[in-house]
Amino acid sequence: MADHAIFDIDGLTKIYRTGAVEVRALDNVGLQLHSGEFVVLLGPSGSGKSTFLNVLGGLDHPTSGSCKFKNQDLSVMSEIDLTLYRREHVGFVFQFYNLIPSLTARENVSLITEISSHPMTPEKALGLVGLSERLDHFPAQLSGGEQQRVAIARAIAKQPEVLLCDEPTGALDSKTGVLVLETLSAVNKELGTTTIVITHNAAIRLMAHRVVYFADGKIARLEKNETRLDPAEVTW
Amino acid sequence: MVGLSALDKKLGRDLIRLWPQALATALVVAAGFATLIVGVGARRSIEDTRTAYYDRHAFADVFATLTRAPNAIERQLAQIPGVQLAETRIVQRGLLDIPGSSAPASGLIISYPDNSAQRLNRLFLRRGRLPEPGRTSEVVVNEAFAVAHGFSPGDQFHANLNGRLRKLSIVGIALSPEFVYAIGPGDLVPDDKRFAILWLSRRAVESLFDLDGAFNSVLIKVEQRHDTKAVIEAVDHLLARYGSTGAIARRDQQSHAFLDSEIQQLTAMSTVIPPIFLAVAVFLMNMILARIVALEREQIGLLKAVGYGRLSVAWHYMKFVFAITAIGCLIGAAFGTWLGRGLTRLYANFFHFPFLVFSKDVDIYILATAICAVAAALGAMRSVVSAFSLPPAVAMRPPSPPHYRRVWTDGVLLLRYLSKLTVMSLRQLAHNPVRAATTLTGLALATGLLVTALFNSDSIDLMIDVSFHQTARQHASVNFVEESPMHVLQDVRRLPGVLAAEPYRFIDVRLNNGHRSRRTAISGIVEKAELSRAIDNSHQPIEPPRDGLLVNARLAEVLELKQGQVVEIEVLEGKRVTRRHLISSIIESYIGLGAYMELSSLNALIDEGPKVSGVHILYDTSHEHSLYKAIKKTPIVASLVLQKHSLKKFRDTVGENINTITALYIFLSSIIAIGVVYNSARIQFSERARELASLRVLGFTNAEVSRVLLTELTIIILLAQPVGWVFGYVFAEAVTEGFKSDLFTIPFVIEASTYAKATLVVMAASAASVIIVRQRLRHLDLISILKTRD
Repeated sequence: MADHAIFDIDGLTKIYRTGAVEVRALDNVGLQLHSGEFVVLLGPSGSGKSTFLNVLGGLDHPTSGSCKFKNQDLSVMSEIDLTLYRREHVGFVFQFYNLIPSLTARENVSLITEISSHPMTPEKALGLVGLSERLDHFPAQLSGGEQQRVAIARAIAKQPEVLLCDEPTGALDSKTGVLVLETLSAVNKELGTTTIVITHNAAIRLMAHRVVYFADGKIARLEKNETRLDPAEVTW
Repeated sequence: MVGLSALDKKLGRDLIRLWPQALATALVVAAGFATLIVGVGARRSIEDTRTAYYDRHAFADVFATLTRAPNAIERQLAQIPGVQLAETRIVQRGLLDIPGSSAPASGLIISYPDNSAQRLNRLFLRRGRLPEPGRTSEVVVNEAFAVAHGFSPGDQFHANLNGRLRKLSIVGIALSPEFVYAIGPGDLVPDDKRFAILWLSRRAVESLFDLDGAFNSVLIKVEQRHDTKAVIEAVDHLLARYGSTGAIARRDQQSHAFLDSEIQQLTAMSTVIPPIFLAVAVFLMNMILARIVALEREQIGLLKAVGYGRLSVAWHYMKFVFAITAIGCLIGAAFGTWLGRGLTRLYANFFHFPFLVFSKDVDIYILATAICAVAAALGAMRSVVSAFSLPPAVAMRPPSPPHYRRVWTDGVLLLRYLSKLTVMSLRQLAHNPVRAATTLTGLALATGLLVTALFNSDSIDLMIDVSFHQTARQHASVNFVEESPMHVLQDVRRLPGVLAAEPYRFIDVRLNNGHRSRRTAISGIVEKAELSRAIDNSHQPIEPPRDGLLVNARLAEVLELKQGQVVEIEVLEGKRVTRRHLISSIIESYIGLGAYMELSSLNALIDEGPKVSGVHILYDTSHEHSLYKAIKKTPIVASLVLQKHSLKKFRDTVGENINTITALYIFLSSIIAIGVVYNSARIQFSERARELASLRVLGFTNAEVSRVLLTELTIIILLAQPVGWVFGYVFAEAVTEGFKSDLFTIPFVIEASTYAKATLVVMAASAASVIIVRQRLRHLDLISILKTRD
């Protein structure tokens, strides 16, 4: 794990207004995330962790504060610059996979490699997640775990600097979940991709370098794991 | 929404939420409704008004024209079995000299009974009074002519009547059931400025035309349930020796036949056009409701789980399409009534009734509503049945994900070489072929409808080219009061400015081929003619035969004649001989039932010396005024047909109609295109929101994501075009067939530019709808879509 900060977040605040109601989803959050780090975000629903991840991923603008990715402030970027930022630097993994049903596993990955600057081949990406045998299957022909691994292959194929995962095991049983965690861990280790994972499953925190606890839109505390658990040892 | 059931409140809110789609569909229903009530309403307006007008003004059933017969014959006519009423009169022609107009106008002079009321073809006197008996200077004119010149009772003009120039004073302005559609000699459309009908006292006409105690025209009312044909035979038998050219029934009377032709066209339109809109409405209802039922799957399960019956759930969705239909019917009723009134106003320019009101009979509206409701129910049926039969336990589970598979197109199109965004679009297309096909059909119908509207211009251009530039190339035709000896040709040549002159003759005949028979006139034209020529179907001049007959396609069709066959010619003039002649060629001509022969052979046919009905002339236009002046003074001239006036009037009249109709059709076709494309794009957008949001998150730009949505639609829109051209060809052919009558034939020709224009309009309308949907992409809530389960 390199030690320089890839994200420098300062005074990050996000306020949602619906009518007269004002919800402070993020409240003056400050944090540095390091290159190659595996970070787990924990906290109850509505604590602000998803909003935080969305700002990091360039899906949402903060109301105030700054979120610098390699010294570029995402909070002032235009819509088109954020799109390019996502295209070049960020890989996303969601709870419900969000694969394109009309494309095969290989094609789902190609979708990304076609528009990236330094991609690996779709076959390699799918090999990394252990799906070399399922290249030409459509999503409907794959299990939930396999679909999530295609989603991970799609996210890492562009060799992103950041991998953002929102509840990647949320829809999976424990056995499949472990397979997915192993994949994420391997990508982090082998490609050095900074990986940030939101989860409700506290057990996963043990495999992270650092754990960030969110509560009421603020960082409640930070935890550093001196020794990390192997994904295979994670249970829930 | 107080007092409404919860389901009805949901229905109302669904309609508000989906208003653009509901409106796009309602507009298609509205177009179907409107075209239905316009077609049926306009037809009924003309039919009902005509029937009432004919009844109130005693329009005759049989008409006969003869040279001259003594008045005593009238009694014999009245005694013919089946004759309820017989009235005799005098009809003559004369040239009119209208103040402020250099070219002479044509007048049809009709006698008005002096001592008794008019019994048949009674005038509707709009203003003024009838002429005093015996007054040769008092005249009642037809309203259209008076309006065209701004004449009122008291105004005056001159007329050359039987070679004598007379000053006529207008005493009254009237309409007649005989001239609802009044068209002057040689004209293709009415020219109210240059054609007048003048009613003078019978005694005045007798003295002006040297027909004391005689008549030359007969009107007969046939008793109800009596055979008109038998009456005609008896009349012909009685009048043959007085130079009758044969009596005709009402259906052959010019004004009546034009009205019939219009009614026939309205019938053709109302059977072709509304079903197109209704078919599209069926498809749109199907598409929208299928999506709603798919989206509300869990709600359907919930409703059933909490105790709503299957029927009430099904009825809830049926009510949704009925609500859209009701909105469509309301818009359609308002639009159709407005359009119907407009069309009726347009008709009032051609058809001169004392009154013409667009028929707003409630039954037409009820019928149209019922037809639209049936169409909506048909469209909704599939989804309503699925809502009805979905078991609650199944409904509350999400549907199984769509199963895509490789299709044959993968290999053919070498998909691996295409961008994955394009592959997505192609697979989506192959995944839902029925919807793609129906969307394609909807758009093809829009293109087809436009081709049907726009091809009229091509036809009219060809009609003008053939009629005015290739066949009748003269500047003017001088028609004589009666057949004149050939030497008048020299007199005409000596008129100021005349450069060339060609004589012609018309003979009234009946052509028979077996049981098929038609009354028409044979035109005698000269060999090597430069002015009035006949052309074949490849538009090459063809010489008139000396021992045969040229007939136009319509005449050949109705008599089932082919080139080389023999036709029987029954001459209705002179010695009334019957001859058999060979059809030497079928020629290109779109007006009437045309038959042509070499002039001297035609004269020989009726066993008369060289005589002519008139002369076609070419003149130096710088001498126009002196030529007109001379012709106005020439006693034997009955009318002067000016080609440039006829052509201008034809272009103006037909052009105005075509422009109106084209604008209307562009509007209606755009409604279809917008309805189809907007709904397709909107539904695709709804179904694929998750996919599109994924792409945005993965780093695709708005433009790239739009491409996924647009590629599929663009392929469908493009594929729809050639299909639409075929539809257009078929519709246009059907319309041409439906419009065909003995009066005129619309040539069937569609230029390549017409197909291109139709496609451009559909593409423009499609592009507009796509742009609206594309705006939604910008507002796609990426996060909330991705965090929900599909």
